[in-house]
Amino acid sequence: MTTVIDLRPAGSAPEPDEAPRSIRKSLSTSDRVFRWGTTAIGAMVLVIIGAVGSFLGYQLVPTLRDYGLRFFTENQWNPELNILGISAVLIGTVEVALIAIVISFPLALLTALYISEYTPPWARAFLVSMIDLMAAIPSIVYAMWGLFLIEPHALYLGRWINEYFGWFPLFHVQGGDARGALFNLEAFDSSPFIAGMVVSMMVIPLACAVMLGVFRQAPISEREGAYALGSTRWGMIRAVVLPFGRGGIVGGTMLALGRALGETIVVLLILSLNTDIKFRPLEIGGITTASLIANYFGEATSGQLDALLAAGFVLFAMTIVVNTIAAVIVARSRSGAQTEI
Amino acid sequence: MTEGEIVNTFAAPAVDPAPTQAYANPTGAHLDADRISAWFGTNKVLERVSLSMPPGTVTALIGPSGCGKSTFLRILNRMHELVPSAKLAGEVRLNGVDIYAADNPITQTRKRIGMVFQKPNPFPAMSIGENVLAGLKLTGTRLARREQAELIEDCLQRGGLWAEVKERLGDPGGSLSGGQQQRLCIARALAVRPDVLLMDEPCSALDPTSTRRIEETIAILRNQVTIVIVTHNMQQAARVSQQCAFFLAEQGTPGQIVESGSTKDIFEKPRDPRTSDYVNGRFG
Repeated sequence: MTTVIDLRPAGSAPEPDEAPRSIRKSLSTSDRVFRWGTTAIGAMVLVIIGAVGSFLGYQLVPTLRDYGLRFFTENQWNPELNILGISAVLIGTVEVALIAIVISFPLALLTALYISEYTPPWARAFLVSMIDLMAAIPSIVYAMWGLFLIEPHALYLGRWINEYFGWFPLFHVQGGDARGALFNLEAFDSSPFIAGMVVSMMVIPLACAVMLGVFRQAPISEREGAYALGSTRWGMIRAVVLPFGRGGIVGGTMLALGRALGETIVVLLILSLNTDIKFRPLEIGGITTASLIANYFGEATSGQLDALLAAGFVLFAMTIVVNTIAAVIVARSRSGAQTEI
Repeated sequence: MTEGEIVNTFAAPAVDPAPTQAYANPTGAHLDADRISAWFGTNKVLERVSLSMPPGTVTALIGPSGCGKSTFLRILNRMHELVPSAKLAGEVRLNGVDIYAADNPITQTRKRIGMVFQKPNPFPAMSIGENVLAGLKLTGTRLARREQAELIEDCLQRGGLWAEVKERLGDPGGSLSGGQQQRLCIARALAVRPDVLLMDEPCSALDPTSTRRIEETIAILRNQVTIVIVTHNMQQAARVSQQCAFFLAEQGTPGQIVESGSTKDIFEKPRDPRTSDYVNGRFG
């Protein structure tokens, strides 16, 4: 219960109720032009993304009319019989991308930690430029490198994993049992595993650069606080750098995942086309959305072209979702406060 | 005192009984700096500084900004070398043993010579309780759950923070006020049982009430650890310290100790006119 005491002199007129005043800024013409200009350029990004999305999304209409909802459940992509579906394609896309992340995550994390915390300052700039260079190599070069240098060796790694862990369904390979009658070393060739391995090399610099940027920002005061307690360098990293960098670790990995989902040429060159739904990444054959589109684009009829673009729309949507999640995670973490991804 | 045994140190008097005298049987270590010089790159910032910091005594390092006090303090627990271009000469002896000797592990040295920084720096990802135990975790010391709880209480008591946080030890360290964070950092430094506690302007970012609480904490702690404090506040140096060293870097020359001695002498009858000018606020 509050009592309002009237302090105004007796007889004076009651003051009108106060209302918040509006504060208007007067902008000079040059300010106004600059503001409109920057707003227009900023809006352009949204317009382009929106245009790509709506163009691709528009193709869903004829596709769903022609092929129905089976488009999402059918695994075959058979232009001759006009049976088109993207279930195997979607699974293959995620499969290759996840393999790439499983391989690239520890490498990117340890590389970033090494450059950020262990290299002497004179070597740091050199290593950072090496990482940037790795990102600048065109994907066709990675694809050739993977095809001619990595694949002939990586298939033995796949075989080794199969030999010792083949009892686990994920590592099973048909015709991969060296003691079996149907053994065929080529069963390990051109597999999602090898494609994922090469894609991982391409996404390492992206993930590494984001993590590195965040690790370098871990506050010096907290680092010194840990050292002053008698911490080893690794103890300091665990207590200060990794908790601080958590947003960058997650965000960098998600960005890498987004990139891996859309990688085309490496997968096209290395992976043998196969639209069976099989969860055996060490085994030959597979398909991803990007390699599907690149492979069938040339001889598609107009209805099939719509279907390819609809598949592209699904990939577009997946990438947007992954990148949005990455941006949200990085922005919400303490480490993301000053980081741009 | 055996490892893990908890002594109720809060029973010690809240007000220093004899602020100008050393305690009879202090438990801290003797720290000796012997002809310390320091460089950043080619820039020499300290020139042959020697100072003896006995146990049971709070040593205050005073002097204008940029005279090398903080550098000197950071040399005392090997924080100086974290700066890539930093170099030094001379010896720092902890109970007679050179802490820069090759066979002296750096982590052990820093554990025995704790440090409280100008800006409170609790680990924000850890709770209040975890912050106190952080030093043990970082140095790989394991304690049973019950001992952990006792250590948290003991250190927070000694840091003068227990009463304010005992109900919320699980809250993040960053949720405390600046003064509370600084006392948490003192408690964290005490948890690894250091022999020496270095304080680099611990109150410069704090309000007067928090400053008073920390000064009271220093008065209680000086019987347990040797304390060296850098301060810009003359009154604070006079209140908390028993001995004082006046640093000065005259134009273009590296920092040196102009005069050191008992706080009483430095403030009441300084031998050097520059000391007199500084403590009386005529420059600086």
